Amino acid sequence: MQVSVSEENAEREPAAHQVSAFLERRREQIAQRWADAALFRTVFTVSRDEAVEAGRAVTAALAAVAATGRLDDLRAPGFEAVRDQLGRMAASRARTGMDLDGVAGEVAALREPVTELLRAEFPEPYAPEAQEAVLALTVLMGTLRLVVMETTVSAGEELIARQREQLHEVATPVIKLWESTVAVPLIGTLDSARSQVVMESLLDAIVAERARYAILDITGVPTVDSLVAQHLMKTVAAARLMGAECIVSGIRPAIAQTIVHLGIDLGTVLTRSSLADALAYALSEQGVEIAPLRAAGATADAGTR
Amino acid sequence: MTGFAGHGPAVGHGFTVPVLQLGDVLLVTLQGELHDGMAEQLQEDITARISNTRVSGVVIDISGVEIVDSFLGRVLAEIAAGAKLLAARTVLAGMRPAVAITLVELGLTLPGLRTALDVERAMELLGVTTRRGEGSP
Amino acid sequence: MMQASRHAGPADLPIGSDADLAWVRQQVRQAAAELGFGLVQQTKLVTAASELARNTLVHGGGGHVRITPLDAGSTHGLRLDFVDTGPGIRDLDQALTDGYTSGGGLGLGLSGAKRLVQEFEVDSRPGEGTTVTVTAWATVVPPSRTVP
Repeated sequence: MQVSVSEENAEREPAAHQVSAFLERRREQIAQRWADAALFRTVFTVSRDEAVEAGRAVTAALAAVAATGRLDDLRAPGFEAVRDQLGRMAASRARTGMDLDGVAGEVAALREPVTELLRAEFPEPYAPEAQEAVLALTVLMGTLRLVVMETTVSAGEELIARQREQLHEVATPVIKLWESTVAVPLIGTLDSARSQVVMESLLDAIVAERARYAILDITGVPTVDSLVAQHLMKTVAAARLMGAECIVSGIRPAIAQTIVHLGIDLGTVLTRSSLADALAYALSEQGVEIAPLRAAGATADAGTR
Repeated sequence: MTGFAGHGPAVGHGFTVPVLQLGDVLLVTLQGELHDGMAEQLQEDITARISNTRVSGVVIDISGVEIVDSFLGRVLAEIAAGAKLLAARTVLAGMRPAVAITLVELGLTLPGLRTALDVERAMELLGVTTRRGEGSP
Repeated sequence: MMQASRHAGPADLPIGSDADLAWVRQQVRQAAAELGFGLVQQTKLVTAASELARNTLVHGGGGHVRITPLDAGSTHGLRLDFVDTGPGIRDLDQALTDGYTSGGGLGLGLSGAKRLVQEFEVDSRPGEGTTVTVTAWATVVPPSRTVP
């Protein structure tokens, strides 16, 4: 059924039909030329054969689209076969730091070598029927460019949504450092919503690990304002209500200054300058001391503590 | 006052709070809905029990309590204060994370109360080792 | 009667005794759970409801609470109106201050409840009564603001 439709269209669109036939016929040459174009060359750095293979697939897809006469239709079924591949190619270019315009430019550059081949098909390269065919090809290549851009943009949106989700989970890992000791290394800005997540996951971890000590490490927090300090104190108070002692570590000198300037009283909060110091405190409170395993005498020393 | 509470809806039904004496310690287990009147009654009962038994510690297990508002918070703080006058130490055990977050937001941090993760840790804090049965001298 | 209207629209519960306070807590928790509130959000709202219902009982001489489920597209909320016809609050600013108490509590009732919900409003007329309206949403960020 689809065949009859495309034949019908082809009769009405002789130029599109011609282009489709040309793409089929010259597929190998086009693929060879594209393999040397910037887009394919930079994506398929390992093997030229791969680039040629990709070029064949894209050419076949374009031929299929042209056969249906839907030269300017982004949704033409012919594109579906190569949409994923085009997306991967664009993503690969994006990873090297190229922006959307750059990728679009590289796709546009694919038109020239094909146009040359197409004109060569005609006895008179600039005869009206040749011009008509070139025009049809130009429209088709323009559509290819749009398909690539669309694929790139939607891939970017998906990526951002996925990363945002991951960030929420990844941003607040609670780590068991030792028997009865858990820690949250906080990285990045603490807003109200995140502080809430931090507090909840820390308290849940205290229950799950039966922790006596919980360390909040703020080494990776760029600034501490009164709101952040308030969140920290709330977390400490909630942990205490559950029977765990909270230690805030990683207060850099600049942050210590800010806290003093803001007049925030962290008096009731146990602080240590580094995560290591906080862990050492938690361990010594539990009667554990870490000593280098050197001589028998040294370990015996540690044991007596 | 000794006995075990049922798990059915506590509203409007007879609901008792189990108070067990474990050696030197009174173990009070709060569960589910606690009416204001019952909480006040409990406070009186515990104080009387401490006075009669001369225990040195009280553990209040609230792991089965879904909310602590300022009223119950006040009752718990007063039980601890009363126990202290009778030379007994009180440990609040097993507060749920959601309850702890809410109490802090409410502005109730119960500074005078000792806390523990669960009953076992509370006993440990009071010098009673539940596992090995060493106990305090 | 109370159960029948709970799913569809607002439900009114009387506040006249200790047992009523417990019943209000249970019903608010159930409504919040049905609307998809997380455990912490539920606990905060139930605690706020407990404080406010006690105020209605102790200071307002009893009254009722209206529980109204709210639908704001992507998120759900719960509005609670605590209504009494008691003496009213003479000095609202003072009543909203931490530590101020006219009863036997810790003075955290009104001010504490305010911190547990997203929206809080008091309408009090001396000699006529007090209505405290609170709203909480299932998400941390209320829908009126844009989600970052």
